[in-house]
Amino acid sequence: MTPFLELIDLDVAYPTHKVIRNLTLRMSHAGIGCLLGPSGCGKTTLLRAIAGFEPLRHGSIRLEGVELSRSDWTLPPERRRIGLMFQDLALFPHLSVADNIAFGLRDWKAAERRARVTELLKLVGLEEYSGRYPHQLSGGQQQRVALARALAPRPRLLLLDEPFSNLDVTLREGLAREVRTILLREGASGLLVSHDQFEAFAFADEIGVLHQGRLLQWDSAYNLYHRPADRFVADFIGQGVLLPGRLGGEGRVSTELGELWGTPPAGCAAGEPVEVLVRPDDVVHDDASPLRAEVVDRAFRGAEFLYTLELPSGARLLCLAPSHHNHALGQRIGIRLDIDHRVMFRQGNGEGDDAGVRWGRLLAQ
Amino acid sequence: MEVDPSRMPIRSDAPPREERGLGARAARIDRWTLLVVGSAVLLALPVLTVFVAALHPAGAVWRHLVDTVLADYVTDSVSLMLGVGAGTLLIGVPAAWLTGVCEFPGRRLFEWALLLPMAIPAYIIAYTYTGLLDFAGPLQTALRETFGWTRHDYWFPEVRSLPGAVAMLTLVLYPYVYLLARAAFLDQSAAVLEVSRSLGAGPWRRFFGVALPLARPSLIAGVSLVQMEALADYGTVQYFGVSTFTTGIFRVWFGMGDATVAAQLAMVLLLFVFVLLVLERLSRRQARFHHTSARQQRSPRLPLRGQLGGLAVLACLIPLLLGFAIPAGVLAVWAARTAPRVVDERFLQLAAHSLLLAAGAAGLALLLALLLGYGQRLRPRPLVRLAVRGAGLGYAVPGTVIAIGVMLPFAAIDRSVDGWARDWFGVSTGLLLSGTLAALLFAYCARFLPVALHSVEAGLTRIRPSMDDAARALGATPRAVLWRVHAPILRGSLLTALLLVFVDVLKELPATLILRPFNFNTLAVRTYELASDERLADAASFALAIVLAGIAPVILLSRAIGRARPGQ
Repeated sequence: MTPFLELIDLDVAYPTHKVIRNLTLRMSHAGIGCLLGPSGCGKTTLLRAIAGFEPLRHGSIRLEGVELSRSDWTLPPERRRIGLMFQDLALFPHLSVADNIAFGLRDWKAAERRARVTELLKLVGLEEYSGRYPHQLSGGQQQRVALARALAPRPRLLLLDEPFSNLDVTLREGLAREVRTILLREGASGLLVSHDQFEAFAFADEIGVLHQGRLLQWDSAYNLYHRPADRFVADFIGQGVLLPGRLGGEGRVSTELGELWGTPPAGCAAGEPVEVLVRPDDVVHDDASPLRAEVVDRAFRGAEFLYTLELPSGARLLCLAPSHHNHALGQRIGIRLDIDHRVMFRQGNGEGDDAGVRWGRLLAQ
Repeated sequence: MEVDPSRMPIRSDAPPREERGLGARAARIDRWTLLVVGSAVLLALPVLTVFVAALHPAGAVWRHLVDTVLADYVTDSVSLMLGVGAGTLLIGVPAAWLTGVCEFPGRRLFEWALLLPMAIPAYIIAYTYTGLLDFAGPLQTALRETFGWTRHDYWFPEVRSLPGAVAMLTLVLYPYVYLLARAAFLDQSAAVLEVSRSLGAGPWRRFFGVALPLARPSLIAGVSLVQMEALADYGTVQYFGVSTFTTGIFRVWFGMGDATVAAQLAMVLLLFVFVLLVLERLSRRQARFHHTSARQQRSPRLPLRGQLGGLAVLACLIPLLLGFAIPAGVLAVWAARTAPRVVDERFLQLAAHSLLLAAGAAGLALLLALLLGYGQRLRPRPLVRLAVRGAGLGYAVPGTVIAIGVMLPFAAIDRSVDGWARDWFGVSTGLLLSGTLAALLFAYCARFLPVALHSVEAGLTRIRPSMDDAARALGATPRAVLWRVHAPILRGSLLTALLLVFVDVLKELPATLILRPFNFNTLAVRTYELASDERLADAASFALAIVLAGIAPVILLSRAIGRARPGQ
């Protein structure tokens, strides 16, 4: 079976620097995905390359087996049947809601066009607003119009460029879910670009983490959190610390918190230093445990406390504890490790330096 | 702020990205770039000409000028600038504060009515007040009759003097200061004023201690604009016998027939203008930092009751009466008296001339503005930007200077074509360009293009690049984007641009006087001629036609400031 979307060994470059480097990505079937990454990681450029606005320096883009872009040729955006929803929405101010939605339906028969517009107005819940102009709508309503407009010509793929980022944080997740529901109801495929992991979790089935123009991992949200393929992914998704240890035989690692075992990083021999990813939910508060750590910071989260703990060696851990365990700063509390997914990295490799800085910042919070 | 290169716009008809960067292969010249830069250079030709001509070695006439009248030109011009600057501040700032921040009877009316004096060209208000206030005018006649005085029994201020010119220009130019000051006051964060209030500052201290210093950059920008207009004025100072640069240029040009010296005087005038221009640009840039934050809850207006309210009404009513109601009324009365005699076939012919000329210039300026504005959007490279900025400077250049800058090269072209034709064919081609409508239209474009360009650019910035992309993604070809998205959104801006240039051309006097074809008259020129012959009442119908046309842009402007009110 031909994969739905294939990005093969892409290079996209500006005069000064390459933005996307040797990026390969396969979305095997139609569905809802997300490209997640910090700002400046190249995710918007990648989206624009898929839409046909950026030429490729190298590689190929295929949708449903048909090539759309290669290094010397770019199918114009208007002939790709790929929808696009922008961060600033880009609604046409001179057209009413209905006319905005009908913009991409120029070649349709009038009756069909009317029916499609009505259908979409209903889908996004704006039946009463068809005659209004964009400036007469609220932000959320404008968002829906932009979505309906992009969906109207039944695009094969809808690209969404951080369309929720100008909304209130509390609204984002809700709206991401709502858009997801609308896409599913329309049977449309979508690819979202975002820097907000919770938005990505709410919206997508599969998520790709992008960093400095490279795709680090394409996986489900669960796997990104629990089985990060890379130190950067481990850092970027969720919270946690890397606990230093030394690799023994048969995947055993001796750490300050005792002996753990797991799959050692590739090419790592016994005796080499490694680091084990410890998430806050892996550290369980247990007064009976002989392991002790000092509370150096704490953040009240309502149902739970996020404690920052310091081990005798100076290494720090994050610990999520139910909020009735109220401990003061300086207190030494008992902890125990309860790790389901043991993820190890070779010490100080890859993005290590960068990640180290970020870890430090995380812990200082 | 972090710059995300991925947000840079790209359009399909733009060349591949690598050619659009700052340095990389920027040397590649394509059609758009060539067209834009070429038009811009053409439009800058008058100013460039003045520069070049002024480099000629100074002759005897120049030395004579330096020995005799140059000092007068400088002192009169500077006095005019300072006087008009102070006058417009004195009228414009209180009016802006009162209508912007306070509440008093008639505030809503004054808000837009205070702009009306903009509709009256300075030379027309000068003619009107001269007719009203000079020795034979109705006021002095009435005084003499009432008190039985004769000529030497009383003192009456002489209108036709430097202070008179300052007063006239102040009355029609204060709206610039009013507009900018008002915008500054409205943009000031209500929080800043409320904080100062909570710190115990009363209304006077809030005005002098907080609001006024915050508005200072806008006030400087406004005064610079006003002073540029004052320096560019010819009709008023000529009529009042004030020796400024513009009258000096005319005198040297027509009286002594010395083009080089006229260009050199024009150059000195340009230096003054340049200083003002820099001042204005810098202040505007600074003004942006002084606007603390927009889009906030405005604090309630400060109610002025009783005597204070009465004073507020006076402060707004006096400039409105003196700057518009009285001169327009007087013109209407005179016109009613003389129209039956004056409005004949010749009047209609003049009006037709004016309308056609203004419409032609407006259309041409709009086309050029579209070319420059679009070129800049399609090719946002430094060379193109620079060219467009350069072409946009014309508005600061006085009409007299533009006229000389057009006259000199056109005459030179005519001479060389004529000489060439005589040498080769033995025929004289005479004047091909000089004294033609083409020369006049070219001058209007060079001077008023910035007006059109401003509207076009404002319209284009409302079309974000993402709108182009959205339309493309919805299946529209680049050309379809132009027709289905850009054209309808731009329509309003284009009409505004047309109207503004149209009215400006209708009012224009000095360039028209210098460049018009022989025996070709317009409303403005005829007004000037009749006034010069002391037939002020006869000039009224012509002047009134110009004033009525001038009201249209004022209406546009007042609607725009109504819309721009924050929080609505």
